[in-house]
Amino acid sequence: MSELEKHGSDAQVAEPIADPGLPEHAYRVTDVDEAQARRTERQISLMFGIAAVLALGFAVAYFTIDFDETFLGWSAQNFALGATFGGSLLLIGIGIIQWAKKIMQDHEMVELRHPAKSSDDDRTAVLADLNAGIKESQIGRRPLIRNSLLGAVGMLAIPGVVLLRDLGPLPHGQAHTVWKKGMRVVNDISGLPIRPADLEVGQLVNAEPAVFFPAEGEDEAEIHGHELLAAKSKAAVIVVRMRPDDITPDAEKANWGIDGILCYSKICTHVGCPISLWEQQTHHLLCPCHQSTFDLADNGKVIFGPAHRPLPQLPLGLDSEGYIIAMSDFLDIVAPSYPELARDQKKLDEENNRGGA
Amino acid sequence: MRTLSTRRRHPLANVLVILGALAVAAVLYMAFAPKGATAETSSLDDIEAGRDLFVIGCASCHGQNAEGITTTSDGNYGPSLIGVGAAAVDFQVGTGRMPMAQTSPQAPRKTPEYTDEETRQLAAYIASLAPGPSVPEDEYLEYEGASAEEISLGGEFFRTNCTACHNSVGAGGALPGGRFAPTLEGVSAKHIYEAMQTGPQQMPVFSDDVITPEDKRAVIAYIKAVQDQPNYGGFGGGGIGPVADGVFVWIFGIGGLVGFAIWIAAHGTRSKKKPAGAGAEQ
Amino acid sequence: MATDTYTDIQDTKVGQKAAGPVGWIDDRLGVAGIARKNMRKIFPEHWSFMLGEIALWSFVVLLISGTFLTLWFQPSMGETIYDGSYEPLKGIEMSYAYASTLDISFDIRGGLLMRQIHHWAAALFVASMIVHMLRVFFTGAYRKPREVNWLIGVGLLVLGMVEGFAGYSLPDDLLSGTGLRFVDGLIRSIPLVGSYVEFFLFGGEFPGDLIIPRLYMAHILLIPALILGLIAAHMLLLVYHKHTQWPGPGRTNENVVGYPMLPVYAAKAGGFFFVVFGFTALFAAIIQINPVWAYGPYNPSEVTAGSQPDWYMGFSEGLVRLMPGWESTFFNHTWSWNVAIPGLGGLGLLFTALALWPFIERWITQDDREHHLLERPRDAPTRTALGVAGMTAYGVGWAAGGNDIIATHFHMDIFMLTWIFRIGFFVFPVVAFLITRRICIGLQHRDHDTVLHGYETGVIERSPSGGYSERHAPLPVADQYTLTARQRLPELEAAETVDSNGVAAPAGRKDKLRARLRHFYYQGVLDKPTVEEVHHAEEHLGDFQGHPNQIGDDFGGVSDAGVPKSH
Repeated sequence: MSELEKHGSDAQVAEPIADPGLPEHAYRVTDVDEAQARRTERQISLMFGIAAVLALGFAVAYFTIDFDETFLGWSAQNFALGATFGGSLLLIGIGIIQWAKKIMQDHEMVELRHPAKSSDDDRTAVLADLNAGIKESQIGRRPLIRNSLLGAVGMLAIPGVVLLRDLGPLPHGQAHTVWKKGMRVVNDISGLPIRPADLEVGQLVNAEPAVFFPAEGEDEAEIHGHELLAAKSKAAVIVVRMRPDDITPDAEKANWGIDGILCYSKICTHVGCPISLWEQQTHHLLCPCHQSTFDLADNGKVIFGPAHRPLPQLPLGLDSEGYIIAMSDFLDIVAPSYPELARDQKKLDEENNRGGA
Repeated sequence: MRTLSTRRRHPLANVLVILGALAVAAVLYMAFAPKGATAETSSLDDIEAGRDLFVIGCASCHGQNAEGITTTSDGNYGPSLIGVGAAAVDFQVGTGRMPMAQTSPQAPRKTPEYTDEETRQLAAYIASLAPGPSVPEDEYLEYEGASAEEISLGGEFFRTNCTACHNSVGAGGALPGGRFAPTLEGVSAKHIYEAMQTGPQQMPVFSDDVITPEDKRAVIAYIKAVQDQPNYGGFGGGGIGPVADGVFVWIFGIGGLVGFAIWIAAHGTRSKKKPAGAGAEQ
Repeated sequence: MATDTYTDIQDTKVGQKAAGPVGWIDDRLGVAGIARKNMRKIFPEHWSFMLGEIALWSFVVLLISGTFLTLWFQPSMGETIYDGSYEPLKGIEMSYAYASTLDISFDIRGGLLMRQIHHWAAALFVASMIVHMLRVFFTGAYRKPREVNWLIGVGLLVLGMVEGFAGYSLPDDLLSGTGLRFVDGLIRSIPLVGSYVEFFLFGGEFPGDLIIPRLYMAHILLIPALILGLIAAHMLLLVYHKHTQWPGPGRTNENVVGYPMLPVYAAKAGGFFFVVFGFTALFAAIIQINPVWAYGPYNPSEVTAGSQPDWYMGFSEGLVRLMPGWESTFFNHTWSWNVAIPGLGGLGLLFTALALWPFIERWITQDDREHHLLERPRDAPTRTALGVAGMTAYGVGWAAGGNDIIATHFHMDIFMLTWIFRIGFFVFPVVAFLITRRICIGLQHRDHDTVLHGYETGVIERSPSGGYSERHAPLPVADQYTLTARQRLPELEAAETVDSNGVAAPAGRKDKLRARLRHFYYQGVLDKPTVEEVHHAEEHLGDFQGHPNQIGDDFGGVSDAGVPKSH
């Protein structure tokens, strides 16, 4: 206390109200009334007792309750295990805290602070030691050693970086998908090819290229495993049918549809979520991830949201059996933008003899 | 009575009188309307009765002959119903979406206005105008008997075609312009089937030629199987995903633990007394 | 009880038995020296000082529950056919990662509980770090000498978010895969090197078969090790600096008043660990989190409505949703501003601002003193207002991240909501700043009045001339002291732009800027009353109608019914 008062008086000069110092300690009921303290003791040990019983209950629940049994429409096992385990932990915690609050001494104590900095003596001594070290090493007098060492250690960064080279291949093949001329557009999951007559106005088909499904007489598709996932993440499409009058295609795209049946990439040009939230009356396609909205009646143009590029369209045709096929790969690059997109698109346009998109 | 007589000349008075009269008529109609006609197939009588119902309840928006009404700005006041088929009527009327209560971005599901019998008659009338999808056969609605393979296949179709709008547990989702994909909770197998088949409102059509009736049954079986699943982990938060989790963590998690912190740091009741021997301690 | 007699530990049986091993340890490690300094170390007590503990303990819960999960989880993207207990997914092709997550949920007893504890604890970990950081910010606890500890805290927050995201991606369900797809798009948008980073990170084209094993390594080894190291440094610095405390009678900048580490603080902190663990376990027992089985395996051509990241990524997600679709092409390269600015820039800006703030404030205030007393938020109105403005901007981003959920639940137009948030992101923080500053200064004035004129007693008096007035009674001295125990404002002077010879000073522009910022920082802030003001007020209070000292020390205002209460 006496130290505290001394410290209080230092600041007193400028303070409008003098520091009255720590108030006198007020005792708790459990400090002055032993009966009350005993009650609290019993209360706390009861909590620990129940906690122990709950821990046992956990084991009982573990061995007796099946996962499929339900309680309030939840898994009874999960509930019983969680309730016993959590209850046990919680009661131990509350008991310990109650012990600290009610039984343990609660006299506030004072400790003095020291400035974070070291003493001036220490600082001087450290500087002297540092200088002695530098001097004795002769690092200042022999710059050749110093500089060549720095250079050598710096060069160690090279193996460090080079080692990471095989993390992955260099970027490639972002401009192309598995679509090519003549490949059938098939319904996803079932792999059924589609005829124009199968589609009504207002219809949406979530479709894939036929190579994702086993060809006739084969057990396994040409592409499978994670290769399939990589290919799907660029080649997934949606086929929609609108009234031909409603569609306003660009000159180039006038023949890309069949009687109002158009095919667009399903991969959002923003960050690549698959989009199929198509409103058949407004012809708008909404991305559920970031709400980019495309107008499928108007060349897949962006009408709202963070996407910039229109949704690439796949030119459609019919094969000899009357099924819908692709007439080529996508002419615009699908999936989210990347730094080399502009360059790759230019190359793609040259391949396809397209004058500036 | 004075108040009533002064308000008689209020501009809305006529409207009120007409509405009142309509309400009385409606009640009388409901009380005396013929119910429980026995014929199962759509007979000429059904078509006739359906036409009568249509003229009273639907024609004001869809036109006297269901040809639709166009607004001056070339929009749809009520679309043409020629060729939409019995399935569309059964879905729209059977789920209470039609007749609409007021103009709004989309017609929400509500208690049906028409009895099953009347819905059948209306459907018969619309189906008689032009061919269209009919109400699905019972064999494609009996999802209870579906095998485990069928259910997981239905899940594949569901995730590919439906979850984008309706969410992976069928909780529904947002669409532009205040529209939304409704929840699939409590929707009957027949209505789910009809919705896929006819593409009501903004929903696209998933015709039987592409998603076959068997595939549709598998989808229904999956939806029902998932809805019958318990929420294994506890209270589900409506299936809307991480947003609900975040709300729980902040309100109950942080809220509860801060409550504990306040309790831990709180100073309880103090006594004015001192324990015996406390003086010596000082 | 003070009168009880205790046997000293070394004289008890246990103590005698333990003396050997303890001596053995101390002979070799010399731990008694450290223990002597710290066993009775004082920690001040306030509920807000325990927020960081929630973060600490939930991290421990994460370590425990996470270790359990690693016993079964298979971090592989290899394909398998599911054949576990969850019927609706039987026979479906999926990755080992997803299949083993389903197994943990359905075929390992207690597995679902541990998964849910782990996920809840993760959400709680980041949330409590933020709440703790807000407490430190709004009370000025980051000021000298604690700037380094603040920086460590910022680092922990960044790591916590990355760690959480990595964990969210591991189960390879449809939701986590969609999240990865978003990250892929985000990485691609990095100017110039985006595709390279993408191919190196994913080991080829998205999704490849390496990203989950790599994230797993980061999630269970690299990032937890870094977090653990930083937590250790954070705690060591806390012990070295000693905890800050609220000003009050006897609580000064030179001391720390509170309870000793042993036994009270150890019991309270240790008990709190059990409370946090028990709380998350009860959460996991009754509230479902991340039901991966409902989402299905990841498939790049499938998505679910309501695709959201976990809440701590909601801010970033929201900004990405708000951004207009800007993209440009120059130098033959595509620059995706629409993704890069909100996705990389949003959190980047937030963390940079957080890290720099203590130094910016110090540069403005030129305050080089050590601060161990906390400031009430109202006593630093500009800082508080800036904090609230930042929280508002964060909140707008957050809400925008759930705009589809808001739209469906409140029947609103999602495009209109987006526009509200777009404008609100810039407007709301400014409004919040102005309002908060005003409120703070208003509260300062009220404190000022209470110190000088006493508090309103609720006792109405009628003077002989018939006028009514309310009696004011002076606050207890302790409360008066607490209200005035803060630092005086510095003198504000115009910056010297010319030196004594009339030549423009070299640092003139910098000083001018600082002077302007100082003016902005301290503008309208009320200083605490001077000694003269207090004396004058005391006389005035004494004179005023011959009261209020007659009311007596016991008087504690009147109740609603008008009955005087006593302290």
